[in-house]
Amino acid sequence: MQATPHAGYAGNHDHHSHGHPTGLMRWVTTTNHKDIGTMYLWFSFVMFLVGGAMSLILRAELFSPGLQYVSPEFYNQMLTLHALIMVFGAIMPAFVGFANWMIPMMIGASDMAFARMNNWSFWLLPPAAILLTTSIFVPGGAAGTGWTMYPPLSIQMGMGMDMAIFAVHILGMSSIMGSINIVTTILNMRTPGMTLMKMPLFCWTWLVTAFLLIASMPILAGAVTMLLTDRHFGTSFFAAAGGGDPVLFQHIFWFFGHPEVYIIALPAFGVVSHVIPAFSRKPLFGYVSMVYAIAAIGLISFFVWAHHMYVTGIPLTGQLYFMYATMLIAVPTGVKVFNWVTTMWRGSLTFETPMLFALGFLVLFTIGGLTGLVLAMTAVDIQLQDTYYVVAHFHYVMVAGALFSAYAGLYFWLPKWTGRMYSEGLGKLHFWLSIIFFNVAFFPQHFLGLAGMPRRVPDYAQQFADFNVISGIGAFGFGFSQLLVLVVIFQALKSGEKASSRPWDGAHGLEWTVPSPAPYHTFEDPPPFNQAEAHG
Amino acid sequence: MNPTLTSPPATSGRPRRPARSNRRVVAALLSVVVGSLLFLSVQPRFYKAFCDWSGLYDIDRAQRVAVSSIPPRPVTLEFDANSHDGSLRFRPETATLTAKTGEIVHVVYRIENTLNRTVVGQAIPSYGPQYAGAYVKKLDCFCFKQQTFAPHEVREMPVVFLLEQGLPEEVNTVTLSYTFFEVPSGAATSSPTATAAASGK
Repeated sequence: MQATPHAGYAGNHDHHSHGHPTGLMRWVTTTNHKDIGTMYLWFSFVMFLVGGAMSLILRAELFSPGLQYVSPEFYNQMLTLHALIMVFGAIMPAFVGFANWMIPMMIGASDMAFARMNNWSFWLLPPAAILLTTSIFVPGGAAGTGWTMYPPLSIQMGMGMDMAIFAVHILGMSSIMGSINIVTTILNMRTPGMTLMKMPLFCWTWLVTAFLLIASMPILAGAVTMLLTDRHFGTSFFAAAGGGDPVLFQHIFWFFGHPEVYIIALPAFGVVSHVIPAFSRKPLFGYVSMVYAIAAIGLISFFVWAHHMYVTGIPLTGQLYFMYATMLIAVPTGVKVFNWVTTMWRGSLTFETPMLFALGFLVLFTIGGLTGLVLAMTAVDIQLQDTYYVVAHFHYVMVAGALFSAYAGLYFWLPKWTGRMYSEGLGKLHFWLSIIFFNVAFFPQHFLGLAGMPRRVPDYAQQFADFNVISGIGAFGFGFSQLLVLVVIFQALKSGEKASSRPWDGAHGLEWTVPSPAPYHTFEDPPPFNQAEAHG
Repeated sequence: MNPTLTSPPATSGRPRRPARSNRRVVAALLSVVVGSLLFLSVQPRFYKAFCDWSGLYDIDRAQRVAVSSIPPRPVTLEFDANSHDGSLRFRPETATLTAKTGEIVHVVYRIENTLNRTVVGQAIPSYGPQYAGAYVKKLDCFCFKQQTFAPHEVREMPVVFLLEQGLPEEVNTVTLSYTFFEVPSGAATSSPTATAAASGK
């Protein structure tokens, strides 16, 4: 994950005659998309460990009934921060990191369109992370509302809530800037001959994702700003005492929140659409239908928000509409799943670590999608709302979906980034530990939810004890096996085999035409683009 | 910042995409951001209007369910104030007024400490008729907690309440009377009377 500047390479260009700043200042001032991508990835991994540690506090508390280690207030704060940090601090920056590293290399561009703004979008993240994590220590503690920040509770919380609101503002700005950068890069900087419909799918998923971010992030920023003025400036957007309606916040939040789900999922789809063809040694099946499916998912995601709100008293007509609209999303998603499966059909498959993670993604994401369909049904959801079934559902799509796909991408492109092969044994160990412990942790939660165990409560009735023990063992196993990633990376950097420019014989795309590790500057002249490298 | 790093690498062979083209894309994307913010800013009003127009969701239901279906009727309210040992000058700014049941009433009481020492005490309400007290719902009252008055301090203090619509029909006049009791120095702040007063009765 380290883009070492190659003095010889950079020295060829007279505008580098002053040399790079070194040490810390190199990273603070860098405008190089590879440096910034690396920083995004490391940042997201650190936040992933922080958010993961918080979830282990939750699982430790839930290991047996009754209150053991933490107070209910602290439990609520941990689950809120766990969610906010994982969504905004880990998963989203991880895929922005992939976008920074890979999009310019995939489309044959020399860098992102706005290199300086790129630097700024990254460096906004650490202050937001500091605001979120240090809010634990202020009087009243961190926000304990859940990541959804529903009023009236969010209007009554202490200053930890304000810190969370400001963190969301900063993260939103960073995301919008990053997205503007990505859209401009993709639209204006493709190498000649690469039309939009010949573009690698990862770029397509990010193009749609960036549009979703640009349209939905201001909604979230505005909603939390309205919370802020309700809290401090006497407005009553959501405060019922002054004539506001708390349910309005839920509408606004989920109008952002549902596209957010696909903001996380689409880039994951993009990565998998590169990994599966590479290890099937076949072109991706149904490229055009994939592109339309991505666009359809992005579009429909703005019209299904109230399926999170079936129990708020929305009318039956509304419930029916949102139920059918939600189920409609399963159609383009199903198209994608079938295309991935058909890509593998009669391929010469091999099962290196990236492929294993992509297959893990495929199986588990489909399970998560299926439980999503169950939850889409109004009549069923009224029973399952706010139970562990929901927790199991979104961890299957977020962890097994987004995280596994990020790991697939990490193992897939690590040789390109570092110039070294990782240890296949360690990688496979990481995969098998992850997939086993993940299922041990989250599969029992379906049963807990069906039996009626409510989420966001630190205590539970005796009959839920056994499944919670299993889930706890899985969570700790999963958490600690993620540390293996560090071992894999440092082992590769230290003693990994040297990687060729195309270490995967089935991989296609412009990124594999440059040497490994990728030089500090690539494609200063647009590369020739031919059909052989299209549709990775 | 080092200028060599901030300038994007030379794009000698690239058919130069003019900066203007980039600017056009950014302008379009920023207009989406602004559009989103505008869309959000009309939401509170639009939401209410849409709910009213379509009848799909009854926003004001919560408020209406809270009040009973009994139609409001006018009731005469009388206000009274006494000081238990005459240490304070205590009177309402309004002696009497007519209000409808369910309507929020706002009355100010004036207290003056005539003594040369600090007085700590609490006002305890009583009602006439006594059983009407159950229908007086106080949203805010100076009687909820103990008050401390500096020597010769004058203070105006509000009580905000409403009469429930369930008020028995025969009651046409309700008297709200406060008596100010001085708390003996050294008494605990959460005396039983304070707790009783805080419950709004």
